Amino acid sequence: MDYNWDWGVFFKSTGIGQEIYLDWFVSGLGWTIAVALIGWLIALFLGSVLGVLRTVPNRWLSGLATAYVELFRNVPLLVQLFIWYFLIPDLLPEPIEMWFKQDLNPATSAYLSVVVCLGLFTAARVCEQVRTGIQALPKGQAAAAYALGFKLPQIYSQILLPQAFRIIIPPLTSEFLNIFKNSSVASLIGLMELLAQTKQTAEFTANLFEAFTLATIIYFTLNMSLMLLMRWVEKKVAVPGLISVGGK
Amino acid sequence: MISIKNVSKWYGEFQVLTDCTTEVTKGEVVVVCGPSGSGKSTLIKCVNALEPFQKGDIVVDGTSIADPKTDLPKLRSRVGMVFQHFELFPHLSITENLTIAQMKVLGRSKEEATDKGLKLLDRVGLKAHAHKYPGQLSGGQQQRVAIARALAMDPIVMLFDEPTSALDPEMVNEVLDVMVQLAQEGMTMMCVTHEMGFARKVANRVIFMDRGQIVEDCHKEEFFGNVDARSDRAKQFLAKILQH
Repeated sequence: MDYNWDWGVFFKSTGIGQEIYLDWFVSGLGWTIAVALIGWLIALFLGSVLGVLRTVPNRWLSGLATAYVELFRNVPLLVQLFIWYFLIPDLLPEPIEMWFKQDLNPATSAYLSVVVCLGLFTAARVCEQVRTGIQALPKGQAAAAYALGFKLPQIYSQILLPQAFRIIIPPLTSEFLNIFKNSSVASLIGLMELLAQTKQTAEFTANLFEAFTLATIIYFTLNMSLMLLMRWVEKKVAVPGLISVGGK
Repeated sequence: MISIKNVSKWYGEFQVLTDCTTEVTKGEVVVVCGPSGSGKSTLIKCVNALEPFQKGDIVVDGTSIADPKTDLPKLRSRVGMVFQHFELFPHLSITENLTIAQMKVLGRSKEEATDKGLKLLDRVGLKAHAHKYPGQLSGGQQQRVAIARALAMDPIVMLFDEPTSALDPEMVNEVLDVMVQLAQEGMTMMCVTHEMGFARKVANRVIFMDRGQIVEDCHKEEFFGNVDARSDRAKQFLAKILQH
């Protein structure tokens, strides 16, 4: 392949004020992190609640959580995003619809849609992991807690969840990384996150290879760092004699 | 103290308990034995409502288990239970295992709970292990901690569900010693166990169950001393487990 690599392109002016192309990537990374982190908070909270509900001894509550999981995990993420961004606002009461479509900065409305979408989508997956974490515990753990006089909410908060979360840190880490990678769908509704900025740089400069190489390096480094962070968390909360850490 | 009245229980079509009736009076030690699948563990779990039953009633210290108005968590906090697989909480240290229910259920202060927990830990001979985690102890040690954990709640009665069945043979005695001591101090105890040596030593009464029914319910001397008067099923069982 005959291609003239030009890594200096990132330091060239974009022609807009003092901006260089690298600034676009920094801004894009900022949006990617903002989308993924807030989406993750929603996913972790809602997913944990749903995961608990799937295991409680109440058919209605567990049925509700199951229905949620099946709905959100069997529809493609991109379809869900388009629904949240293009369809849901039309179904809202008119003042809210107008606020969303006209008053809000377009970046903000895209941001809200994608955060809600990713949060709710990932919650279904977190839910399943929390559920399996709880179900992986010996039945006797809940029985012992009942026998000591604990009430159900205490059994979850004191006995089951602290153990379940320790067990599911590795799959939960994958989900945490997934939400960062999935955040790239936001580029399809015009949010200028990392992928959108990459595409824009490629179009403006015609340095397609450099732009996508840099994006790849940024995504990779970001996710590697997050994985190492989670590995550290796993070690930090490890209990002697309970579960081995990181395959050791 | 415990009055079991005509208790029957089904898992779907399958009847696991059939019209079980017996009493455990204050200070009494009752051993429940029988072949596996005979319903003895299920029966003992009905006593603190860990297992629901469909017919009959169990009254513990004047409180009816079948009464829907009964505050079950409160009742359970007064009934100590020891499990076959110990069921210490593996994410908590030994001290925390001994104190968590005292604080969260009984509302005791941390100091009071720790003081009580450590005293009981000392009593089961494990004071040096207070800072460790369950995974770092042997089975016998874990079971002794589990007994101490139950005792920390000041129970009015202790239920033991095959407390030595999951232990290596050499660890059985350290657990039985603690149980014998408890019995001799006058604790009311209902023990599902195959340890006939324990039954001979401290039990007042022996209940023999088969296929969900209480087949024998008599004094220890009668049960072991007058084998000829026992039912055929109990004779077979005794012949097998007393052989060695």
